[in-house]
Amino acid sequence: MAIEVRIPTILRTYTDGEKAVSGEGATLSELFADLETRHKGIRERIVEGADGGKLRRFVNVYLNDEDVRFLDGISTALKDGDSVTILPAVAGGSV
Amino acid sequence: MLTLTQALYDQIVEHARKDHPDEACGVVAGPAGTDRPERFVPMLNAARSPTFYEFDSKDLLKLYRELDDRDEEPVIVYHSHTATEAYPSRTDVTYANEPGAHYVLVSTADTDGLGEFQFRSYRIVEGVITEEEVQVVTGY
Repeated sequence: MAIEVRIPTILRTYTDGEKAVSGEGATLSELFADLETRHKGIRERIVEGADGGKLRRFVNVYLNDEDVRFLDGISTALKDGDSVTILPAVAGGSV
Repeated sequence: MLTLTQALYDQIVEHARKDHPDEACGVVAGPAGTDRPERFVPMLNAARSPTFYEFDSKDLLKLYRELDDRDEEPVIVYHSHTATEAYPSRTDVTYANEPGAHYVLVSTADTDGLGEFQFRSYRIVEGVITEEEVQVVTGY
């Protein structure tokens, strides 16, 4: 069961510069755990909490074209051939 | 140093003034590896706030797909401060995730008589802010 994961520039230090890597998992949570086995350190850049149970507020994760916050968040189910895109939010402010 | 055309400079300023008192935001894309800003892409501030900006999440995905397809990079990431100086805030530094980009800040505080209009550019890499010179040219 292969899922394509598109990696943003800022996280390519974990993937030897690769723009996309392949991973496995029945849910996003499993996928990020799988990525961590080959790209050590990447998981904590995407999730937070002791058990990695929550997506970071300013990291957007998309399943195909949909922001997973509008699906089941980190528990969103995946299937073979899905494409996951990770994009840090572009945000800021004056305070 | 950031080099950009007068036309792009004017488009950024116009967007900032139009959205005042809310913060305006967007990017100027350019061919990957050239450091040359070419394509003005104003973005919607999903926060619609005078003190915060965030690209809408769907628009963000669309933007990065488009950049990828066209082999472009966000050469400039710009936003406005509407009541304070054009200097990166702690929030700006925390969420600066494009180490290769020029972060342009425009202050529209002059609109409310709170200060001068400012157009300034920075590199923000791993939490460190470095201001750079801005050179405005008629064309490349």
